[in-house]
Formats: sequence, C-alpha cells, structure tokens
Amino acid sequence: MAKLGLVVDLDTCVGCHGCATACKQWNTSGTIGPLSDKDPYGRDPSGTWLNRVRTYEVGDTPNSKTVHMPMSCMHCEDAACVTVCPTGASYKRKEDGIVLVDQDKCMGCNLCSWACPYGARELDPQAGTMKKCTLCVDRIYDEKLPQAERQPACVLTCPTSSRVFGDFDDPNSDVSRLTRERGGQQLMPELGYNPVNTYLPPRNKKVVESYQIKPSLGATLKQWVNKVITR
Amino acid sequence: MHPAFSVLIFTVTSGAGYGLFALMVLAQLAGLNALQDSTLLLSGAVLALLMITIGLLSSTLHLANPKNAWRSFARFRTSWLSREAVFAVLFYPVALLYLFGIYAQGSELSSLYSACGVVAALLAMVTLFCTSMIYASLKTIRQWCTALTPLNYLSMGLMSGALCLATLQALLQDGLSPVLRSAGLGLIALGAVVKLIYLFWIGKPAGATIKTATGFTQASVRLLDAGHSAGTFLTNEFGYTVAANKLLRLRFAMVALAFVVPFLLLMQGHAAATVLAALLALAGLLVERWLFFAEARHVVRLYHGDQRT
Repeated sequence: MAKLGLVVDLDTCVGCHGCATACKQWNTSGTIGPLSDKDPYGRDPSGTWLNRVRTYEVGDTPNSKTVHMPMSCMHCEDAACVTVCPTGASYKRKEDGIVLVDQDKCMGCNLCSWACPYGARELDPQAGTMKKCTLCVDRIYDEKLPQAERQPACVLTCPTSSRVFGDFDDPNSDVSRLTRERGGQQLMPELGYNPVNTYLPPRNKKVVESYQIKPSLGATLKQWVNKVITR
Repeated sequence: MHPAFSVLIFTVTSGAGYGLFALMVLAQLAGLNALQDSTLLLSGAVLALLMITIGLLSSTLHLANPKNAWRSFARFRTSWLSREAVFAVLFYPVALLYLFGIYAQGSELSSLYSACGVVAALLAMVTLFCTSMIYASLKTIRQWCTALTPLNYLSMGLMSGALCLATLQALLQDGLSPVLRSAGLGLIALGAVVKLIYLFWIGKPAGATIKTATGFTQASVRLLDAGHSAGTFLTNEFGYTVAANKLLRLRFAMVALAFVVPFLLLMQGHAAATVLAALLALAGLLVERWLFFAEARHVVRLYHGDQRT
C-alpha cells in the first residue's frame, strides 16, 4: 500500500510551463494517449492538457509575491470523480492510490469533470473520453528505465526542482518530509476530498527596497527644522 | 456552467412525462371520476412514455462517446447517474404492463395491473429524484449542492405533469375537471414558492473563495495569467458567464412564463386556455432549466480569477 503524489514548491516555481509541456509530450504517446488538439494551428486552437500553470499575485505591494501554481490531478483520497462515474471507467488504484480513467469504458458524460474542484479532468474532443494525469503510471514502474528516471515526466523536467514525487504513506520520504518541514498544504480542503498533492507556501522573506532617494542638502535642513518646530 | 441544450430538453420533457404518469395513476386509483376513462388513461400513458423516451434519447446526445452508454448501469452503488439510468430502464416494463392493462381492461383494472401502475408511478418519482441528485451531490457547485435541488426537480416535474394531464382531460372530455384544475393551481403555486426560495438562497454568498482555492488565506489573491492563450475545455465547460441584467430579465421571463401566466390561464378553465397554459409552462421550464445551469458557478472558476462562487 502506498499513497503516491506530488509536492509542488510555490517558493521556487518560476512558471516556465515546462512541466505542462513535458506532460503533454510524454502522455500523448502514453497509455491514455493521444492527447488531441483541436485546430492547433488555426484561429481558435484548443487542446487536452493534463497539467496547467496559472499565475497569481498574492498580497499587496511591496509585500506581494508572484506565485506560479502548476495544477494536475491531486489523486484525492476521497475522489468524488470516482464516486460519480456511472460506467466504472474512473477508478482509484488500491495499491498506490493513483486515480485513472479506463479509456475503453468512458462514455464522455463529463460528470467527473464537474465533480473535480481542481480542473484536473479534460474531455478529449477527438476520442470523446475523459483524460487526466496518470502520475505517469507508465514510467514510474518501468523497470527498463534507470531507477532515477522512474518518475513522472513533469518532475524529471522541472528545471528548479519545484516538483517532488513520492509516497506520502512513508513518513521518511522526501514528500512527507517536505510537507512536514515547510508546512505543505492542500488546496480547497474544505470540500473534503482530501487531495494527496501538497503545495509548499513561499518562504517569508524581508521586503527589499528597490531604491532609496537621497535627499538634497536643502531638503535635509528642512527636515531638521520641521522636527524642531511644531506648527 | 455551460447549459447543454440536450440536457435542458431531457430534464424538462422527461420530468413532465414522469410527473404526468405518476399523477395520472394516483388520480385514477384514488377514484377521481374524470379519470375513469380508458381513452384518457391510454392517451395519458402514451404521451408520458413518449415524452420520457424523447427526453432520454436527447440525454444521450450530450455524451461524447455514446457507444459506451450501455455501461452506465455499472456503478449503481455510488453514482446517481447510474441509479438514474437503472430506474429509468426499470420503469419501462412496469409502465408498459400498466398501459396494456388499460388497453385490455379499460379503467376497471385488476389488482395486478393496478399494482403495476403504483410501482411505475413510484419508479417515475424515484428516477426524477435520481436525476436531481446528480446535480445536488456535486460539492463543487454550491448553487446545486442543496436539498432545494431535488425539491425543485420534483415540484417542477409534478407541476408540468399536472398541466399536461389537465390539457388531455380538457381536450378529451367536455371542459376541465375542477379537481384537476385546483390540483394544477396548487402545484403551480408550490413550484413558484420552491423556485423563489431557491433564487433567494443562491443569492447569499457562501462556499470556497480564491483564497481557499490557492491556499493563501491571509492575503489578497489576484489572477495575473490564466496560463492559456486560447479557450480550453475548462473555460468552455465552467467559464460560461451571462451579463447580470440578462439573467435578471430571464428570471422575470421564467416566473411569468412558468408560473404566473399558466396560473391565470388555468383559472379560466377553458380547454384552449389549459392547452396554452401547459405549453407556456413547458417553455417557462426550459428557461428555468437554462438558468439553473447558467447561474451555477463551479469552483474551477476561482483558479481562473473569480474571487468567489
């Protein structure tokens, strides 16, 4: 029994969309592929992605930070997408907790995408079936790959190592340790789906003043006078 | 939420069909004089089955991969959509037996066929309830995740069913039966009250915000970049937005079409007015169902910059 998932470090993510692109590249020829695009070079392109990066401004200047938030399936412990699926196409694996869609059973009713609060599921317009993150199930168990490469494509490609893959059931794994030490948190926990993936909040840092204006001699004298004389 | 036309047609027509069937069987077994008429019962049951069938066929149109629709009976234990499918299919043989009973024995049904009628009426209501629970069970959409949703679907189904029954009765017999008229008026009033409570209820701010969605509960959070340069499945499905003044106009149109005008027309009691009342109410319920979708805001919108749902 394992609880596989990802930790995303919001402090170091630079929002390069490398994870999203690597995910698309790997999974379009993976077990659930292809991830089709509609009108890819036309006026109104649209396509199936399993990972999307959004950028927010948190706080107000000067105490603000730009936060890039990559989001894919959270492999929830109480996955509502599996509960609502009428055909049995959506399922959560007992052995490692990965939520998958059986492409041969899905009827494309969209109900699981409605039940998912994280926007992790997207309907493939060409296949007519639901596509979602597989946690690269076709990589992580591949014994032909070197041990170091048995990780999801998004994790391998991340240039700032902001994504970490591991087993949350093992208290000594990197993901458990990071979540514990850096206060990793779930997104929208109030819905009660108990998402496995956690997000490490940015570290608190001192505000660095970008520049200081050096006052002129006259202005400095004025300041002194103002301090002494009260009107 | 994006209102899929096939789903609007499905919920309105099959809702009216199930309501019509259930009310008709109930009234016939309760010994209502106007309904001891095999022509009326036959045409009522045929119309109900026709509406339900059209609705169910329409519902398969929104599936992206309908060749797997037969698999939807598989997850009866957890999925309301699966339950709906199972009960909708169970309804047919029992309802057809009842129909055969009327055809063979007229309005003087033997207890076996009467029992079929009762079971079919129950299955009709259960199916309608399952349909509503598909929406009411989604915690991601606060406008749907309420006990008011099943109440809404059941009362609207019974209301439109009562108007269909009144229409058939007024056309086939001379003039509208006073009992059916008052039942129709009562159900329209009930539907209007349920809808108004719902509209007040969804107006109150509640639920997840962009802060809980991103985890930054102590600071203001603004979207800088949605990360996509064109529309996506998520923006198409959940990003559906209608101007507030258009929503308000449609709310007024819905209340007038679905409740006020049919109520006034049914008070007249003429056959022609009853037909018009039923048709207007069905049109009004289409607007009602459209609003049910258009006013529902999924929490994914928070990641696309909405501050609250």
